[in-house]
Amino acid sequence: MPDLILREVTALLLPLIQMYGIYVILHGHISPGGGFAGGMILGVSMVLYLLVFGLDSCLRKVPHRMSSFLESAGTLWYGAIGLVGVMRGTSFLMNKGAGIPLGTPGRLFSSGLIIIITIGVGIKVASTMLSLFYTLIEED
Amino acid sequence: MRKVLALLVVLPCLAALVLLAAELPAFASPDNPANNEVIARYIEQGVEETGAINVVAEILVDYRAYDTLIETTVLFTALIAVLLALKGEKKEHA
Repeated sequence: MPDLILREVTALLLPLIQMYGIYVILHGHISPGGGFAGGMILGVSMVLYLLVFGLDSCLRKVPHRMSSFLESAGTLWYGAIGLVGVMRGTSFLMNKGAGIPLGTPGRLFSSGLIIIITIGVGIKVASTMLSLFYTLIEED
Repeated sequence: MRKVLALLVVLPCLAALVLLAAELPAFASPDNPANNEVIARYIEQGVEETGAINVVAEILVDYRAYDTLIETTVLFTALIAVLLALKGEKKEHA
């Protein structure tokens, strides 16, 4: 039986949790946190949704195939970003040495590859968490 | 008898570990071998070389980007292993 209090409280908290997860990912190069921690927060928010609103509702939001795809794409994204350095005539995963602009330290859009890789890692970790829980739940 | 044998094995190991721990340099000591030019480089030139003011992110995603790439692959592999185990179990039940 769906619990009204649980659903309403979750509906209120979920946007805040996800916003915090996104904040942690995007500010990985400025304050403590980053792709792994932020991705975990995002993943947990989806697991919360899954547990409270049920499998069918969650599958409508983020299909299992999509979370599996994002999980693979996150890793490939990391490798692909590394190739930027190779195309610029220097080392794989090179940042400043490849001529990538670093911006002003402390600003949101700074540190070159770091923020781009961090976003990819965040999405990958979140979808890993979700894929794992989908498989656990679907087993029943 | 087995307990005595177990003790005979465990106690020397314990002694070895304690002696090893006693040899460790004092925590946060300036002349600690871990305080080398690598750490100095990270701290002093990190912002200039990476543009990030979070030192952990500097090291994790820029200086040691290769390591983090492989860490991501490890995470992926771990998930695949778990999924295979779960799927296999499901087929046995069905």
